[in-house]
Amino acid sequence: MATLAALELRDVVRRYGERTALANVSLTLPEGATLAVLGPNGAGKTTLLRMLATLLRPHGGELRVLGRRLPDEGWAVRGRIGLLGHEPLLYRELSARENLAYHAALHGAPAGRAEELLHAVAMERRGNEPVRTLSRGMVQRVAVCRALLHDPELLLLDEPRANLDPAAGDLVEPLIGRSSGRTRVIVSHDPAGALAEADLVLGLVRGRPALLRAADGVDPEAVAELYR
Amino acid sequence: MYGKRLRALALMTAAGLTATLALVFFWAPNDATLGFLQKIFYIHVPLAIVTLCGFVAGGLMAIMHLRTRNPRWDVRSYVAIHISLVFGVGVLITGSIWAKGAWGHWWVWDEPTLVSFLLVMLLYATYQPLRFAIEDPERQARAASVFAITAGVFVPINFAIVRLSTEVVHPRTLDNISGNLPGRMQVVFWLALASVALLWVTLWRYEMASKHARAQLRALRRLLGGEDDEPLRRSAAPSISQAGGGH
Amino acid sequence: MSGAPRTRTVVLALLRKEARVELRTFESIPAMTLFSVTTYVLFHFGLQEDSLTGKLASGVLWVTLLFAAVLGINRLFVADDEQGGFDAFLLSAADRTALLWGKALALLAYLVAVEIVTVPAFALLLLGVGIGQALPGLLAVLALADLGVAAIGTLVGALAVRTRARDLLGPLLSLPLLVPVVIAAARASTPLLSAPAAALPARWLLIMALYDLVFAVIAFALFDFLLED
Repeated sequence: MATLAALELRDVVRRYGERTALANVSLTLPEGATLAVLGPNGAGKTTLLRMLATLLRPHGGELRVLGRRLPDEGWAVRGRIGLLGHEPLLYRELSARENLAYHAALHGAPAGRAEELLHAVAMERRGNEPVRTLSRGMVQRVAVCRALLHDPELLLLDEPRANLDPAAGDLVEPLIGRSSGRTRVIVSHDPAGALAEADLVLGLVRGRPALLRAADGVDPEAVAELYR
Repeated sequence: MYGKRLRALALMTAAGLTATLALVFFWAPNDATLGFLQKIFYIHVPLAIVTLCGFVAGGLMAIMHLRTRNPRWDVRSYVAIHISLVFGVGVLITGSIWAKGAWGHWWVWDEPTLVSFLLVMLLYATYQPLRFAIEDPERQARAASVFAITAGVFVPINFAIVRLSTEVVHPRTLDNISGNLPGRMQVVFWLALASVALLWVTLWRYEMASKHARAQLRALRRLLGGEDDEPLRRSAAPSISQAGGGH
Repeated sequence: MSGAPRTRTVVLALLRKEARVELRTFESIPAMTLFSVTTYVLFHFGLQEDSLTGKLASGVLWVTLLFAAVLGINRLFVADDEQGGFDAFLLSAADRTALLWGKALALLAYLVAVEIVTVPAFALLLLGVGIGQALPGLLAVLALADLGVAAIGTLVGALAVRTRARDLLGPLLSLPLLVPVVIAAARASTPLLSAPAAALPARWLLIMALYDLVFAVIAFALFDFLLED
């Protein structure tokens, strides 16, 4: 029995006014696999991520996430996707627990889950302090909790290890790393690190795919070429 | 594509306006009380009616934009509102001249049409600043459409409410338009209204054609010179993008 | 995997979040209240009157409330925009309308809280007649005005917040839209605040109710479009 592809893109296009932000992006990502998206600034990596998160609509081509066609069936996949972007999406005046309680209500997530996650990232002792008093690394850890609160099947990660020291990185690894078993898309500025944990690699340059290979078949020279 | 019937329209408009002017000055009778000044009403009232209809049309086009997600509708809506704004300024100016002539003041609060027009213009004057303040073209278009619909609904309601609240001190001259006009005046009035409406439509088509041509030119430049050849300028005006429709 | 939450749960969670943020930052209610009282003092000096009745009283009361409301409208979505509340909401399976309800109810709550202080302040500082008799009628007018401000304010707040000139556009967009509310409210309360007091003209209440209804429907229909990226 063939596994359902988690992501299916065919000639996906996204415009920005008269400009093209993304074009001719096609790929298939099986469930449980990891896609690394690489490329210089402005290549369209974040745009792609936001499209997969159903926050942006495709302007052309076909886009299927978790088997559902976007944007028409976006409602069916919301709540099954976890996004960890540049913004932690946490209210600074509220504590970690209060933020997670709010997000849990938004997602209909079960009661004990927030506490479990706080323990997993070792933030339970500082869970009642306002987020604005936490260091960036701690905020990132709480953001990881937020992204996983609803137990998503698909994880969209934009430089997830930014602001995390090695110890914290180890804490979140079982949650958002390869061992979590979830389908993942990672946008990264660290090609070597991303390559190590990816199954499929997509390189974008000015919105167009310049490289698309299975991770083990990728030539490091080709990756370096993307950034020139 | 928008230029096809433009010449015919322009000619008809010119003919209509010329005929109207001729009739106004040489055929329509002078009003008993106001004399010659009353003739300004032949331009003021049609301008007002066409402006309000133009704003509402902009709102309807905005509804189409939100429903179909086709950027073309947003451009149509923008142009409609744009032109109506210009006509609206004309309404305020001619209305002011009328007020001065009829009651000796450049502005009167007793004329509900003028007052509600002022409010409507104050509202629509924020349309372009609103657009300019949003850089992302798709979001700009969507926000503009939401505004156009809200404002379009506001126009008739506001008119009614202001009217209800205005003390009837002076006779509402602008009120007795189609109702009690004697024969000749009616003819001239309807001709004037038709001509101004034609003028609006002609200007609308003209601006649409102009935008279309410029967008095509930019698209060509991009094709020939690469995407960066035409830098994205921050703009309040939407453009008909190369690929035409939305998804 | 969790299913879509019930709208009521989401609205309550939203209100709880709003209340917490407001109580910890005091960004809206104290500013609106202080502004109103200061404006009453300004009017005293500007109009050079010790006490107002009838039309003047009505006018000062409503214009001040309107400007205070605009302050509240401006702040309504700022925390969400700056701290990523929109994205968080859009990523969830929660019904978009819940955000509209939550924010409109929050704005309504702010307005009521402000009025609890400022209406008595107005009576104390500027009103030339006793407010006791006028109160029931005045409360009705306040209620309807607040509903209108809540509906229009939430829509305009969402529209203006993700623009570059949000502090300018908020007032510029909401004031014209709220003028009919001022017209109706002022007309309705003038007889109440006159000496001798007269009855509340029901027709203006009806007009306000209709206006509120129309724009509430508009807000419901259009709000979703403002949330998307």
